[in-house]
Amino acid sequence: MATSAVLRRLILAVPTLFGVAVVVFLLIRVVPGDPVAMMVPPGASEDDIAALRARYGLDLSLWSQFWIWLQGVVVGDFGTSISLRQDVLGLVLSRLPATLELAGLAFLIALVIGMGLALVGARLRGSFAETAIDSVNGVSLAVPDFIWALALVLVFGVFLGALPISGRLDPRAGLEFATQFYLVESLVTLRFDAAWGLLRHMLMPALALALPLAAVITRIFKDALKEALLQDYVLLARIKGKSDTRILIEEVARNALVPTIALTGVQLTFLIGGTVIVERIFSYPGIGNMAIDAVINRDLPLIQGIVLTFGVLFILVNLLVDLTYAALNPRLRHG
Amino acid sequence: MADVTDTSLTAVGVSARPNVLARVLAEPRAAVSGGIILLLVVFAVFAPLLAPHDPLRQDLMLSQIPPVWMAGGEPGYLLGTDSLGRDVLSRLIHGAQVTVIVAFVAATLACLLGSTLGLIAGFAGGIVDMAISRLVDIWMAFPPVLLSVLLVAVLGAGLHSVIIAIVVIDWTRFCRVVRAEVLQQAKRDYIDSAVTLGMGRIAILFREILPNVLPLIIVLLTLEMGIAVIVEAILSFVGLSISTDQPTWGGMIAEGRQIIHHAWWVLVFPLIALFVTVLAFNQLGDGLRRALDPVLRA
Repeated sequence: MATSAVLRRLILAVPTLFGVAVVVFLLIRVVPGDPVAMMVPPGASEDDIAALRARYGLDLSLWSQFWIWLQGVVVGDFGTSISLRQDVLGLVLSRLPATLELAGLAFLIALVIGMGLALVGARLRGSFAETAIDSVNGVSLAVPDFIWALALVLVFGVFLGALPISGRLDPRAGLEFATQFYLVESLVTLRFDAAWGLLRHMLMPALALALPLAAVITRIFKDALKEALLQDYVLLARIKGKSDTRILIEEVARNALVPTIALTGVQLTFLIGGTVIVERIFSYPGIGNMAIDAVINRDLPLIQGIVLTFGVLFILVNLLVDLTYAALNPRLRHG
Repeated sequence: MADVTDTSLTAVGVSARPNVLARVLAEPRAAVSGGIILLLVVFAVFAPLLAPHDPLRQDLMLSQIPPVWMAGGEPGYLLGTDSLGRDVLSRLIHGAQVTVIVAFVAATLACLLGSTLGLIAGFAGGIVDMAISRLVDIWMAFPPVLLSVLLVAVLGAGLHSVIIAIVVIDWTRFCRVVRAEVLQQAKRDYIDSAVTLGMGRIAILFREILPNVLPLIIVLLTLEMGIAVIVEAILSFVGLSISTDQPTWGGMIAEGRQIIHHAWWVLVFPLIALFVTVLAFNQLGDGLRRALDPVLRA
């Protein structure tokens, strides 16, 4: 039952991804700037330019270009980056782990802050503390990652000088890694000094990405908790003599989780989409930062590869959220 | 009161308006937010009169002067100058022009496009609904910032490109919500009554459903204005927005980011302006939501 639902969702994702591919393909083919003209040195002959165009297939018709590209994508060949002259798939795969680690850390921070504030707010409902949480949250809901990122750079990077404001790790540290998942690798191999160095670089961009999501989680989770507190089983637990805090954590939190997860899915894709600008602000070497460079350099194959990667990522995240929702929701589990 | 709402919706749409305005203004946060937005518009319209200096005039002798209250500040340059010696306050005031144009024009166009498609999808159903919903799905699979950067790169830098990019990206926000709300409204009893009375489908859509969805659209529009302002700032920050002849807050932020260790004020003031503006649109939207809620529920 669950497997067939997953399969159905994956099959439905194919036309969406195909649509994404078509939109990007058409969009960047209307680019007025000629990528080849930007690549050749000044004074290159007409023949040189024509040869380069032929090499990247830019002299073919739109349909054949799309057909060739699509045939490649199906077998995992995304073409060659025009500006970096490397395999697109290899480039994306070498940068993707940095983005995944950043987004993963941001999600974790958002969960901890969001759920923590919601639990505190629900436990102290009606008090001044709840009002304070609500007001801070009201502001956080309105402020996007772009503003958070720059404000954090100013406060912690410049005024306090406590954290590095760019990059993923200190180049002077001379650290070597076997994989591209630096943080995961250094934690698994127990190199905590390396992990600390990485975390210091990732903390501000991750926090900037996390805060808007944390605000959403706080609001939804706190409302769900307060609603669940009115149910009969809470009264029963109270009669049995359980304390308010224990009721909240042991009885109520699990039930309040279901609506929270349902509403967090879209927000999580916003967090991943936000890596594009946040990585730019912190010169963090993920695919988002590479994407903006690709657009500025009119690197058509690289742009296509990255946009499609984000599309796949968004669809997978939505699928995971739905599966978690189904696993936690008793009504769906037994149905 | 409730009876009136049920029988004559269009009439209520008109008569309820002063009430709604009064209710919004009765909330301090919404009233302050409205005041801030009004002030922003005044700054934008009268920028040449209000700005103490020409925002484009460079003077390398006056480069990176700190704000007036700091050591080394000059009385004529309240918020200091940037690396080219341009007055930060004057650039801030002139930058409000782009912000205001983008907020009102781009958000309104996105609202018109998205709401229209949402109304059509929700009301027509069937294959039309499926086609529009698939299109929204495809759009939602793009990271919005990347799509906007891509669009402006394709269209070429300039205010019109920025506006088109915002419309092309953000119509889905309206489309999704309006479609869902139309589906909700279509189930209500008053639609059955209208059908029984022999009203045509188009008449039902415009005279019965639209007035009931409109409050929601207005709230979304207000929130979208804040989002549009941010998108423009991001595009300016990446260096793709408007020509250098027109100061923008995003452009100032990008310059400030470069010299953050030498002249933080070049970054701080446009960032504060952006923060206050986004917050104001958001709080006004929230205030409108609360004020319009009884109308929604009616």
